[in-house]
Amino acid sequence: MPVALKIFITAVLINNIILMRFIGLCPYIGMSTDVKQSIGMGFAVTFVMVLASTATWTLYNLVLYPLGLEFLQILVFILIIASLVQLVEFYLKKAAPALYMSMGIYLPLITTNCAILAVTFDNITYGHSFFESIVYSVGVALGFMLAMIILAGLRTRVRTSAIPAFLRGNPILFVLSSLVAVSFMGFAGLIK
Amino acid sequence: MKRSTAVFLQGLIIENPLAIIMIGLCSALAVTTSVANGIGMSLAMTFVIVASEFIISAFRKLIPESVRIPIFIIIIAAFTTMVDLVMKAYFPDLSKAMGVFIPLIVVNCIIMGRVEAFASKEPVPHAILDALGMGLGYTWVLVGMSVVRELLGNGTILGIQVLPETYQPILFFVLPPGGFLVFALFISLNLFLKKKWLESPLGCPDPEGGK
Repeated sequence: MPVALKIFITAVLINNIILMRFIGLCPYIGMSTDVKQSIGMGFAVTFVMVLASTATWTLYNLVLYPLGLEFLQILVFILIIASLVQLVEFYLKKAAPALYMSMGIYLPLITTNCAILAVTFDNITYGHSFFESIVYSVGVALGFMLAMIILAGLRTRVRTSAIPAFLRGNPILFVLSSLVAVSFMGFAGLIK
Repeated sequence: MKRSTAVFLQGLIIENPLAIIMIGLCSALAVTTSVANGIGMSLAMTFVIVASEFIISAFRKLIPESVRIPIFIIIIAAFTTMVDLVMKAYFPDLSKAMGVFIPLIVVNCIIMGRVEAFASKEPVPHAILDALGMGLGYTWVLVGMSVVRELLGNGTILGIQVLPETYQPILFFVLPPGGFLVFALFISLNLFLKKKWLESPLGCPDPEGGK
């Protein structure tokens, strides 16, 4: 199996960023009230994640690493992501108002989304090439969207079912996530 | 109650960041597979929040309103980098076990939230108390969760065998799904305690509406 495909499948299913690694839980719990909203959030995350990976990979390998400034990684990456999201927001507002209307409201939330920052760190830690880091970020983002859509779907069912009193409200969401995570563990054998 | 005591207790119980407000969850669920990890993460987090709140509160009159968020981020990122490098140098095993979650302290909503809502407005002593309260509030939930998970999933606490040798470890609890389940029970317990202790005399309906 080609390496890129392996990275992709691992990122979407086996090491699903939410269900297996617990990164990006805040939007997962907060934004998954209906399926439509989850899809919107998912696309916005995909977009920003790919952009952020591209920018941080380039900067790390062309500037920070040659100059021996790796210790600035955390500081530089978070600033790049924050300013990038801001720029994208300005650009979309002006150039593509329709797209902005559907995606724009999610953009400010994404700046402090740990999933984005985690992916950029992963790219450096795993030593991905430029192409691999893009494949990886698309995979992680799709995994994020998949988990959100699943939870949103389950939430609509839960609303009309009889839940034990002590699990009503937020606790049931984590019980549901636990069950979905069990089923995702079955994917572990997908790649040897 | 004196105001300083109230400020301290706020984070510890009443507005516990993890169990009540439910922010900063990622690291809490991911690192609680063993008690050592839970304690390490809590110490790192408490250090960053105390240091950041101290600095920001001390300089709150000098930080211009319009660029405060980027300044906060830089201060938090600087302390996070320190913790990350110290951990890598002195506790390489712990640092490896927690992986990406130490750098991720920088985007932990608890710190940003407290800095924005509290430290940027209050004097230094209160800011430090608030940070300690929040840090300890984070710590007890993390340590509590990791004790449950390590005990049931491994039969040990801090690597020391506690349950009898014949105990068959329930691997489920150290795997990711176990983290979700233990956390669900934790917040359920916390909601129950809060309802019991803070029941309003007027009998207000449950704000969640029992959804």
